Amino acid sequence: MYQKRIIVCLDVRDGLVTKGVRFKGNVDIGDPVVMARQYYEAGVDELVFYDITASAEKRGIMVDVVERVAEQIFVPFSVGGGIGSVEDMRRVLLAGAEKVSVNSQAVRNPDIIAEGAARFGRQCVVLGMDAAADDGMPSGYRVVINGGRTPTELDALEWATRAVELGAGEIVVNSIDVDGTRDGYECTLTRLISTSVQVPVVASGGAGTPAHLHEVLDVGAADAALVASMVHYGDYTIGEIKHYLAERGVPVRLQTGGV
Amino acid sequence: MIAVIDYEAGNLRSVETALRHLGATFRITSVPEDVVAADRVIVPGVGDAHAAMGRLDSAGLSDAIRESAARSRPVLGICLGSQIVLDRSEENDARCLGLIAGAAVAFDGRRGRKIPHMGWNTIRTARPHPILHGVSEDTSFYFVHSYYPAPTDPATCLATCEYGEEFCAVVGRDTIVATQFHPEKSGEPGLRMLSNFLEWTP
Repeated sequence: MYQKRIIVCLDVRDGLVTKGVRFKGNVDIGDPVVMARQYYEAGVDELVFYDITASAEKRGIMVDVVERVAEQIFVPFSVGGGIGSVEDMRRVLLAGAEKVSVNSQAVRNPDIIAEGAARFGRQCVVLGMDAAADDGMPSGYRVVINGGRTPTELDALEWATRAVELGAGEIVVNSIDVDGTRDGYECTLTRLISTSVQVPVVASGGAGTPAHLHEVLDVGAADAALVASMVHYGDYTIGEIKHYLAERGVPVRLQTGGV
Repeated sequence: MIAVIDYEAGNLRSVETALRHLGATFRITSVPEDVVAADRVIVPGVGDAHAAMGRLDSAGLSDAIRESAARSRPVLGICLGSQIVLDRSEENDARCLGLIAGAAVAFDGRRGRKIPHMGWNTIRTARPHPILHGVSEDTSFYFVHSYYPAPTDPATCLATCEYGEEFCAVVGRDTIVATQFHPEKSGEPGLRMLSNFLEWTP
């Protein structure tokens, strides 16, 4: 049976996970490789590393992180943040990432999606899209960039549709309105995009409880759900989330990595 | 020694790290002589079947793989590798290696499911095989693909998967076996399957 994916997102700056993170029953750690391994053993389906390194000269550190993660975990992972060229894509894919995610860069230069898909296959190219509710837009949602700070003239549904035409193999839909609130995903936006494009859609932003994942995977029609702080701070384990979903009839993978 | 065929087709790094994790002795190569000399051969790959076959043919690797199979060396195809062991692929009308009778066909996009088939899905054994040893029924594996293997002889389908329709997820004949999913990205059951291949003495 085809299963919904639970994806953990780690923000990495200068080679370290940015927030002091507490695993349930464990100590604070900031090494992305160690954390990736722990989530792998806990049964995560996929990981996303989002590089928020500001300085260009420290960007090489991320490639090293990717290489070391690839040696430790045997589930797929993607890398986003700072991917501005096909060469940037090539570097992280060669280092061992399955996919690369482009966001603001793709808004500024949509050709990067087509070029990446032609070179590496569309399954490697993920569009990350930040959107905010806006009654002035045809779909009711406007694309925003630079971490939500800069509004664009793009309608979220139109941009998602166009990105798939250009060659995006997956879309991560992040609602700026609920991001960081832990009040639940934006199910209307997620459902709108997921039922309109033919590629898998990953819901992002707002996860606080397993019930939120249930809602977005069911009502929101998402193919996967991204979680961050609700697992980083030890409120829930991957296993707890998956068992909650399985008990409610959501098909999930219950195997763990370490067994 | 194991030859892992390098034809610039993607997931090489993942296969490499998984094999190293398992302690295997292997060489990543694009030299036909290395392939023919190897005890076993792994054909990884993601991407376009037509482009992949073009690269394999021009490097002399297609004949090397066929020769290894003819000499009864264990051959493992992964993902695109499970499609190009067949006679042909619908993807840009590619002529393939012809090791197993059949064709790679496209998922029908009109059936209301997402394409590519990307994510975890369970497989069911159709015919017991050493590569599936220790892998329980309905174990999940990681898939990313838009085409799938459709072998002509049902006896060459070793395991199936359901994604809107039932398709063949593992094909095999004699010393050839190939998985549509990525065992190197499928957690411990995937590593078990790779390990089974390394120990397989058909």
